[in-house]
Amino acid sequence: MKGHRRLDIRSGRVDMSHGAGGRAMAQLIADIFAAEFANEYLAQGNDQAAFDVPGGRMVMTTDGYVVSPLFFPGGDIGSLAVHGTINDIAMAGARPLYLTASYILEEGFPFADLARIAASMGRASREAGVPVVAGDTKVVERGKADGVFIATAGIGIVPPGIVLSGDQARPGDAVLLSGPIGDHGVAIMSCRENLSFGTEILSDSAALHGLVAAMVARAGAGLRLMRDPTRGGVAATLNEIANQSGVGILLSEAAIPVRPQVAAACELLGLDPLNVANEGRLIAIAAPEAAPALLEAMRAHPLGVDAALIGEVVEDADRFVQMTTGFGGGRIVDWLAGEQLPRIC
Amino acid sequence: MKYVDEYRDATRARSLAAAIRAEAVPGAAYAFMEFCGGHTHAISRYGIEDLLPPAIRMIHGPGCPVCVLPVGRIDAAIALARDPRVTLCTYADLMRVPASRGTSLQKAKAEGADIRMVYSTLDALAIAAAEPEREVVFFAIGFETTTPPTAVAVQRAQREGLTNFSVFCNHVLTPVAMRAILTTGGEDAVRLDGFVGPAHVSTVIGTAPYEAVSAEFHKPVVVAGFEPLDVMQSILLLVRQVNEGRAEVENQYIRAVTPAGNQRAQAVMAEVFELRDRFEWRGLGWVPLSALRLRAEYARFDAEVRFGMETPSASDNPACECGAILRGVKRPAECRLFGTACTPETPMGSCMVSSEGACAAHWTYGRFRMPARRAS
Repeated sequence: MKGHRRLDIRSGRVDMSHGAGGRAMAQLIADIFAAEFANEYLAQGNDQAAFDVPGGRMVMTTDGYVVSPLFFPGGDIGSLAVHGTINDIAMAGARPLYLTASYILEEGFPFADLARIAASMGRASREAGVPVVAGDTKVVERGKADGVFIATAGIGIVPPGIVLSGDQARPGDAVLLSGPIGDHGVAIMSCRENLSFGTEILSDSAALHGLVAAMVARAGAGLRLMRDPTRGGVAATLNEIANQSGVGILLSEAAIPVRPQVAAACELLGLDPLNVANEGRLIAIAAPEAAPALLEAMRAHPLGVDAALIGEVVEDADRFVQMTTGFGGGRIVDWLAGEQLPRIC
Repeated sequence: MKYVDEYRDATRARSLAAAIRAEAVPGAAYAFMEFCGGHTHAISRYGIEDLLPPAIRMIHGPGCPVCVLPVGRIDAAIALARDPRVTLCTYADLMRVPASRGTSLQKAKAEGADIRMVYSTLDALAIAAAEPEREVVFFAIGFETTTPPTAVAVQRAQREGLTNFSVFCNHVLTPVAMRAILTTGGEDAVRLDGFVGPAHVSTVIGTAPYEAVSAEFHKPVVVAGFEPLDVMQSILLLVRQVNEGRAEVENQYIRAVTPAGNQRAQAVMAEVFELRDRFEWRGLGWVPLSALRLRAEYARFDAEVRFGMETPSASDNPACECGAILRGVKRPAECRLFGTACTPETPMGSCMVSSEGACAAHWTYGRFRMPARRAS
């Protein structure tokens, strides 16, 4: 906007006028979002972004972010929204192209925090090479939201010949995990007000499309499916896959990487790392003959250095996920009943 | 993880399993009850059953605080939470326990009651201090493990002059419950050859309080830690006692438990609490001298007194076998509701709610061992 007085980002706060569609809203967008997200599509200044799409198979996703607290060790709601949306696209084996972001702000929210979130979102988007091409801002009365909620959408394009889907797992397939589990959930828990404990664990929040591209390039059609084990953790993701594909899964507890600090925090809180959320890990199911090369490709990527073969797909009419425990017995790995922790993403 | 992994070592587990197999007398059958839900959880989570010979049968006991709390007490807590002045603070496990008429604390919360999950009694105290206009009630449950923290909270509330804090006391006692297990049901009472004794409870009360019940009923008791190797070693010690005709109280959990227990904790409990004449347990019915209430000098912190609470008896779902399962006379899979109408997502009885409950442990970790019920 021409000749306007800049927002007082240091001590100002969102008020109802910033969502009213008038000059105040335009100023908020100009001073907080425009510079961070700057790209040719936003520069068009329209209510929509226009772009050409390459031919082929596209994927589209949408996601909502309500994490509490907004800032946590290793990330914040802004970077998390970018990573989470990109990962949903990438799990189809796709290359993410564009994102959108809709901010729902609570009256009274400090501009300083909003600017920090926007900067983090912009940085994550630039680092990933996936621009935010359209956005929206709404303000609701105090008490009707919790600081900031972010809703996103994303689209991507799938390389020719790649068809990944949750129903593709077959008995004999290998189950691969890209790295240690539970970092995100434990990082969030460590700063909850009634639970706070000291830990050096950072959220694993990361955009996985680079790792995915390397995996797709190496394994090709030997790759059956990928999933990022977010809420509900590895346990929920594997149960989803078993149900969708009509198979069982047999894990080896000793093969599943868990950082000692995460294991200790889970021990203290009575949690199972298999149920704890991740935001920068993926599970891949691959044909047995493709698995060794795929694991090698994963370990060669910075986000997959600790990748491991953690189990195999088996025939099972009950679609159980079972595990040989480190102790030597057997047990089921079940969905978590009820909620472990609200609002982790 | 140091000091934990050592107690979960597969090699040591195999050698203990071999020792148990070697020492169990051929043809004999051993029935041991693990009193605590913590042991039930460990047995299921680590797959200990797979390591035991068929001669040894583990029977799950009543040591799950959420499980033994009768419906009437939960109904009373819900009624209290619906009082617009009241903020009810509770441990998370209680939220989903089914109460009468299809309700629960979780549903009452959704309908507007101010019910908050806390991790400790001190969280409830902090809420009372921060919100002096609210009547903050702590829903206190548990065996001797969770009783001292409740006592400390009451003493602190008194010291700090908090006038809006009180406790709905449901603390119960372990040795009395052991005796009740052996006597409730008369001829139909569960047949046991010994107890895997409580871990955390015993850190507070010590091992001495089990002596009387062990001697009177001639049952060995081995106080055991909650790690899987602790459980295996305790089973071996029980097998040896049975084989040698002994009925002693042994302490496997020597790294945390002493014969006399934590006397400071016992003193705090005695200062704040006194015995109730009787208390209702799910499964065991009304058991004399089995629970605690606040002493008269702390009556203003006693929610039952402060709010004139009524705690009428209420019945469980008639098809639910929680009562028989808590007494050890039925196994979870012998309940018609198990895994059909009753799952952790839609619990019909308390044993399916807490992670320490026998039904929840069986369903969550062990249901692959039930061929008859597979392919649901």
